[in-house]
Amino acid sequence: MVRIIDRRFDSKNKSAVNRQRFLRRFRKQIRRAVGEAIAGRSIRDLDHGEKISIPARDLNEPQFDHGRGGIWEKVFAGNDQFKAGDSIARRPPSDGGGGSGGGQASNEGEGEDDFAFQLSREEFLDVFFEDLALPNLVRTQLARITDFKSQRAGFSTDGSPSNINIVRSMRSALGRRLALGSPFSSRLRDLQAELEEKTATLGEDHDEVRALREEIARVRAKIEAIPFIDSFDLRYNNRIVVPKPITQAVMFCLMDVSGSMDEQKKATAKRFFMLLYLFLTRNYEHIDVVFIRHHTKAREVDEEDFFHSRESGGTVVSSALTMMRDIIHERYAGGGWNIYGAQASDGDNWDNDSPVCRELLGEHILPWCRHFAYIEITPGEPQNLWREYEKLLPAHPNFAMQNIEDPSQIYPVFRELFRKTVV
Amino acid sequence: MNQVESTPRALPETSEWSFEAIDRYHEEIARVANRYGLDTYPVQIELITSEQMMDAYASVGMPVNYHHWSFGKHFLATERGYRRGQMGLAYEIVINSNPCIAYLMEENTLTMQALVIAHAAYGHNSFFKGNYLFQQWTNADAIIDYLLFARNYIASCEERYGEEAVELLLDSCHALMNLGVDRYRRPQKLSLAKEKMRQREREEYLQSQVNELWRTLPHHEHRHDRDAQTRFPSEPEENLLYFIEKHAPLLEPWQREIVRIVRKVAQYFFPQRQTQVMNEGWATFWHYTIINTLYDEGLLSDSFMLEFLQHHTNVVYQPPYNARWYSGINPYALGFAMWQDIKRICEAPTDEDRYWFPDIAGTDWQDTFDFAMRSFKDESFIAQYLSPKLMREFGFFSVIDDETMPKLGVTAIHDESGYRKIRETLSEQYNLASREPNIQVWNVDLRGDRSITLRHQPYRGRPLAESSNEVMKHFARLWGFTVRLERFDDDGSSELLLETRIEKRRADT
Repeated sequence: MVRIIDRRFDSKNKSAVNRQRFLRRFRKQIRRAVGEAIAGRSIRDLDHGEKISIPARDLNEPQFDHGRGGIWEKVFAGNDQFKAGDSIARRPPSDGGGGSGGGQASNEGEGEDDFAFQLSREEFLDVFFEDLALPNLVRTQLARITDFKSQRAGFSTDGSPSNINIVRSMRSALGRRLALGSPFSSRLRDLQAELEEKTATLGEDHDEVRALREEIARVRAKIEAIPFIDSFDLRYNNRIVVPKPITQAVMFCLMDVSGSMDEQKKATAKRFFMLLYLFLTRNYEHIDVVFIRHHTKAREVDEEDFFHSRESGGTVVSSALTMMRDIIHERYAGGGWNIYGAQASDGDNWDNDSPVCRELLGEHILPWCRHFAYIEITPGEPQNLWREYEKLLPAHPNFAMQNIEDPSQIYPVFRELFRKTVV
Repeated sequence: MNQVESTPRALPETSEWSFEAIDRYHEEIARVANRYGLDTYPVQIELITSEQMMDAYASVGMPVNYHHWSFGKHFLATERGYRRGQMGLAYEIVINSNPCIAYLMEENTLTMQALVIAHAAYGHNSFFKGNYLFQQWTNADAIIDYLLFARNYIASCEERYGEEAVELLLDSCHALMNLGVDRYRRPQKLSLAKEKMRQREREEYLQSQVNELWRTLPHHEHRHDRDAQTRFPSEPEENLLYFIEKHAPLLEPWQREIVRIVRKVAQYFFPQRQTQVMNEGWATFWHYTIINTLYDEGLLSDSFMLEFLQHHTNVVYQPPYNARWYSGINPYALGFAMWQDIKRICEAPTDEDRYWFPDIAGTDWQDTFDFAMRSFKDESFIAQYLSPKLMREFGFFSVIDDETMPKLGVTAIHDESGYRKIRETLSEQYNLASREPNIQVWNVDLRGDRSITLRHQPYRGRPLAESSNEVMKHFARLWGFTVRLERFDDDGSSELLLETRIEKRRADT
């Protein structure tokens, strides 16, 4: 007797441990790959997995093996032209080197420079957070999927018995009975009319009348045979889960794009914006993002331009703040919006402009904002803008600033923000 | 349903499988296999999902295995290939155990399940039980338990000594895995000498308490001269992992145990690596024969047969050398053709067959099969049974690639003067000893710095691949002292190829 065992439902994901070991071992390469992936992503687009690839040579498993060279004699199949003693030109090295022998194996080896695989959302975020040196509590907070609530969404044809909607089910049963029975019903009506006529003319006991009565009985039986209710008629209350609606927020991204902001600094700034965005997605259902970049003049742009186009020239930070103020007044002043601001700059500003910036921010922007974060990306001493902004700190708990060199220093600007929601 | 009534024993012909259907197919397949005299372990069929199949695939086909990142890597690679549809999954995985476990994948149709049962649960299974290599080197009763032990043992080592320490050790062992097998069984002692042997064993045990490597007693000058001549080990040792397990000076007992585990697993797969053509050919022959027998008995429908034949022909297709998807000789194609051919030689030999195979032409094919299956591995099987007719059908030709020559040369083709040459070359191609470099432990400097010297004896002038340097580092990690690799040429000269130095002992010990 054969033993047949159904193993389909036990121990899924047996390889999960091995997978984690793999990810841990190649953390460094994966971080680099994730860094590249972030550069290619939109800041709103952080919440899914990513296909990344790491160099295959880093992860090969060495063995003692034959290299190329020496004598290789090999049998091939499908001879169509050769005779013993023929000689064949070697294929050029780019095409697999040795031709026969070792050529086949190394051919495949050379082709695959990269080992590509899919990171899940959790794994991707994990690497991203690690880069930013986020505390664990905050990580869980951010990685959490928002709450869902279930709500009614019409009716469906399948579901659990407890959800049967009786009125709907009976209504469709009735409809079905009417539809299926209608040919018989009209036949019955005709027969009945005929019977009355025949009884009147021929009398009760005539053969034709008797035949008609039998016919009528048969048709009635047919109608009776239509099931009162069928599984086909059942309707169930349908429920779907939707994310809990919270409220809406708008996020302003302000960045200095003057000549001194190089790609490296922009990449750091991008992480800063991403982190704020990710935080907002956890707390608000709907988020608008406004990108304002500036050198001496400010412009509202789309994300692509924001990160990738290059400008040069001087810097007048107040132009961007003015623009932000105006946009708030035009579009987001109704009170229905939570306003967040994030500003990134290398701190280099036209001297006379910095006091103007402080005033704009303190008088016209911070009162509207839930939180405004400023990072100054510079390895050296803080610049004049920093000193002016510092004066705002005591009076405005919703304002945070940080001087940073690399992404791991970003978190402190958001510390207040995260603390509030975590508690 | 009506058809079942007309031929009462006909098997279900839906494409969806069910447990009852699989059971019925198995019953008929087992009956036919039995009639052909296939001797098998009891069969255990397990149904799994494609994800579980990838899991099993990634951990070298075993249902349980210890954890290691390299299995995760294989899983990712398999998954990627499968998702993109570049490769189908293996239809079947079968485990050389008692009972013999055959995996069936949930997604397959009923026809495929029947094919897999015939192929794996009867073809491979009987090969595992009969072939001498498997009998000699593997223990089907104990393998699952051993792997379970290995996994738990390694997990407990990870807890005690840290995952990283275990991982580094396993990396090093894996690098030497191919050279961690015994190739020849050491001869059994005569039973007459048993009593003497026991006595000597006791003596040896006492002696083994004295480890030469740790000897601290001062030694005399005159002895030193004599000892300088004797090498340790006195005979070269080809099983590198075995040598490390027994003699590496600095390994902890748990490390030796892990080396042993990797060595045992390598040994378990050693027969499979040497019987690919024979084993796959054998299983393919039997699924083909069994299913056809069932069809002849009227149990199978035509639609079943068409689907079956499509899969079968895909499996045994041999593309020609100039096709874009040519990737060497397909072991299924060659193996299947050879077994079919042996059957033909037994049943309807031509004059050529009588000349080439006088001992099997016209004999009972089942007896010949049984003998051939039990007594050969790929190399000897091809050397023994590859017929001129097959060489013509496959259009075999051998090409020599000598780095000293400007061009490649065709040395033989499928003609009267080339048959023997081709057979010999093809057989050599499956010889494990020529496929893998020959590296052996040559000497340990017992009295000096405890450095170890390995010798590589090149086969037909083939050098070692570049990765060897990495492997040397792994070897040095296990050995704990300097490792040298010499090339030993046919003329008796030797030359230092690689050296990985470890100066003195680590500071922390």
